[in-house]
Amino acid sequence: MQRIGVFVCWCGSNIAGTVDVHAVAEALKTEPGVVFSTDYQYMCSQAGQNIIKDAIRDYRLTGVVVCSCSPRMHEVTFRKTASQAGLNPYMVEIANIREQCSWVHKDVPTGTEKAIILGRAAVAKVNLNAPLTPGESLVIKRALVIGGGIAGIQTALDIADAGFPVDIVEKQPTIGGKMAQLDKTFPTLDCAACILTPKMVDAAQNENIRILSYSEVEKVGGFVGNFEVTIRKKARYVKEDICTGCGACVEKCPMKKVPNEFNLGMDNRRAVYIPFAQAVPKVATIDPNYCNMLKNGKCGLCARVCTAGAIDYTQKDELITEKYGAIVVATGYNPISLDKFDEFAYNQSKDVISSLEFERLTNAAGPTAGKLVRPSDGKHPHTIVFVQCVGSRCDACAEKGKEYCSKICCMYTAKHAMLTRDKYPDTEVYVFYIDVRTPGKNFDEFYRRAVEEYGVHYVKGMVGKVSPEGDTLKVQASDLISGKQLHIDADLVVLAAAIEPDASARPLATMLTASMDTNDFFTEAHPKLRPVESPTAGVFLSGACQGPKDIPETVSQAGAAASKVIGLLVKDKLTTNPCVAQSNELMCNGCSSCELVCPYGAITYIDKEFRMPDRSIQIRRVAQVNPAVCQGCGACTVACPSGAMDLNGFKSEQIIAEVDAICR
Amino acid sequence: MPVNGYKPLIVAFCCNWCSYAGADLAGNNRLNYPADVKIIRVPCSCRVNPMFVLRAFQRGADGVIICGCHPGDCHYTSGNYFTRRRMALLFSMLDYLGIERERTRVEWVSAAEGAKFAATMNDFAETVASLGENKRLEDLRCKK
Ligand code: FES
Repeated sequence: MQRIGVFVCWCGSNIAGTVDVHAVAEALKTEPGVVFSTDYQYMCSQAGQNIIKDAIRDYRLTGVVVCSCSPRMHEVTFRKTASQAGLNPYMVEIANIREQCSWVHKDVPTGTEKAIILGRAAVAKVNLNAPLTPGESLVIKRALVIGGGIAGIQTALDIADAGFPVDIVEKQPTIGGKMAQLDKTFPTLDCAACILTPKMVDAAQNENIRILSYSEVEKVGGFVGNFEVTIRKKARYVKEDICTGCGACVEKCPMKKVPNEFNLGMDNRRAVYIPFAQAVPKVATIDPNYCNMLKNGKCGLCARVCTAGAIDYTQKDELITEKYGAIVVATGYNPISLDKFDEFAYNQSKDVISSLEFERLTNAAGPTAGKLVRPSDGKHPHTIVFVQCVGSRCDACAEKGKEYCSKICCMYTAKHAMLTRDKYPDTEVYVFYIDVRTPGKNFDEFYRRAVEEYGVHYVKGMVGKVSPEGDTLKVQASDLISGKQLHIDADLVVLAAAIEPDASARPLATMLTASMDTNDFFTEAHPKLRPVESPTAGVFLSGACQGPKDIPETVSQAGAAASKVIGLLVKDKLTTNPCVAQSNELMCNGCSSCELVCPYGAITYIDKEFRMPDRSIQIRRVAQVNPAVCQGCGACTVACPSGAMDLNGFKSEQIIAEVDAICR
Repeated sequence: MPVNGYKPLIVAFCCNWCSYAGADLAGNNRLNYPADVKIIRVPCSCRVNPMFVLRAFQRGADGVIICGCHPGDCHYTSGNYFTRRRMALLFSMLDYLGIERERTRVEWVSAAEGAKFAATMNDFAETVASLGENKRLEDLRCKK
């Protein structure tokens, strides 16, 4: 028989407000095995933990039940408390009477009754708990960063600085990400390239960093401290180590009409290309969809002009398999497609553009060398209308937009408006907004400057329709403050498109078994206390893959993720989860059912000798679980027809005891 | 919530990674659902042995719901696919035994879907309450 102590937490008034904690402690006293029961304001505080430790010693407890917040919150805390008092940490169970009781039920009798039942179930479970000892696994001292934008670069630099090797996997031919496409950054207006490109160079020159550009993650296996990742290095038909990035091939390539994705299709590039002048690595890439030589074997000009001999039309995709201790996701974002927003005539007029396109138009390295002109006729626009929240915060238009606020649009629109007025004071600038959101250091000051100093017309209201008529764009809008309908003849309309996670994020999350929210942003282990960790151990989050973010926030999150990774990599060994499957060899008949459902290949079979009652020896095939590989899902326990498989920590008899206790 | 005043007893099995976290989120957001629902935490929905469901009915539960991650999102990659198939089989057998289909359910609730968790539980509790008490499998020996 166990000697169980029950500790009921008030959590201030969070639990005590809807649960009569004394009554719970009192009621649980009579449960089988319970020798001590008490309540306290904050069990997780030092004083609360001391109550538990003292009770473990004074009452020689063999099991502990804490009725408190979710085990996802403080299970680790209370396990540590128990082990400090000499009790096996796996003899602790939590009854979740906050998130799943006091916070969701309103009146005290109901809350109290349910809390007692949940406590009872936990006591019933602990009665059947057995001490468990975690195993150990080695930590591979190398990190993988997926995504080479500012988030990924910063994370990699910080990890590399601490002395650990890092690989950056980037699917584009160059690192740099979205930030490389930007012109200026708010609210300081420093030039994006001037602060980003030195970091790109740093990453390239850092001996601890290896950049795998034009590559994608194909397969992820293993677990924290010991991931095995397969990376597909796509054929770029150019030998990366030989190419000097001189650009002779680009100049000679006759395929001149390839839409240039770096400039969002506003100009053309060649079939062999270097995305932009400061690309890292600065090597050419041949686009197999357009290259004549690759498509039909006719041409070969680039190979002829390449003095280094770097062109290789026979190159094949290469698969690289590498082991990592930690993985950082930094897959970033993309503006949403505006195809469905017919009301803004995005597909009908070249002069209706997205904000990222505007960014390229004003960028000195962009398609117009920084001259702000209309994409349709190259004329200077005299009236520009900016529309905010295109596809953001839209509840009603969920099929084409997003419900959330994209966070960065208010600020970059203010920046665009301000810079336009600064450079072209003769241009009238209108901004239509739902709300202007400027929470951030110096953000509101920045927005007010746009209005007060630069005379940008901010109009609270929605643009109903943009219709191209001849040369102009007729903008119909309502001004919510004056209640008037506005008609503006604009030369250029700029849409602040909502942002969404990169399309590669969803399949990646599946490979990593990391969870995502309904918008495909990665979820963090705890929204407040563990914001850069994914719930999957060893997987960390950096940048906009976790939610819309501006550059400073991305950089700080990148640093935070890096420090978490470093904290993991400095350890030589990790303790492994002891809640793994175990087979009872006496009952196992070697049928292989468990092996077939195991997603990790943790089950193997051995031939084992058994001494029979008549002293003869019988050899039988029995299942064996490798505890270092088993992750403890329990699929095998249900598949096993003879009931030989069980899961430590969640044994069948324990779950049945819980069912019984609840249904009593 | 109960339609006819009957307070059903509902056992909810929730996988640790998605649905249990979804239930926590419902709590964080103070989204109400009936106290009739009692949650048992399992590592993955595939840990739920059909035996546990039978046991609950045997002991007088009026409804059993199993919640897991959305298909494709199981923390252990494939667990919920097993759950889906196992439970389909079990439920049709229970149906055969005269336990109404509405008393059993498999739902996918992600860690971010607190609202879905609460809505699902409200709906399930209401459905089960309207069916009234379940006596089909009840083992009288357990109810002394
Ligand atoms: S972990 Fe949620 S269903 Fe498998």
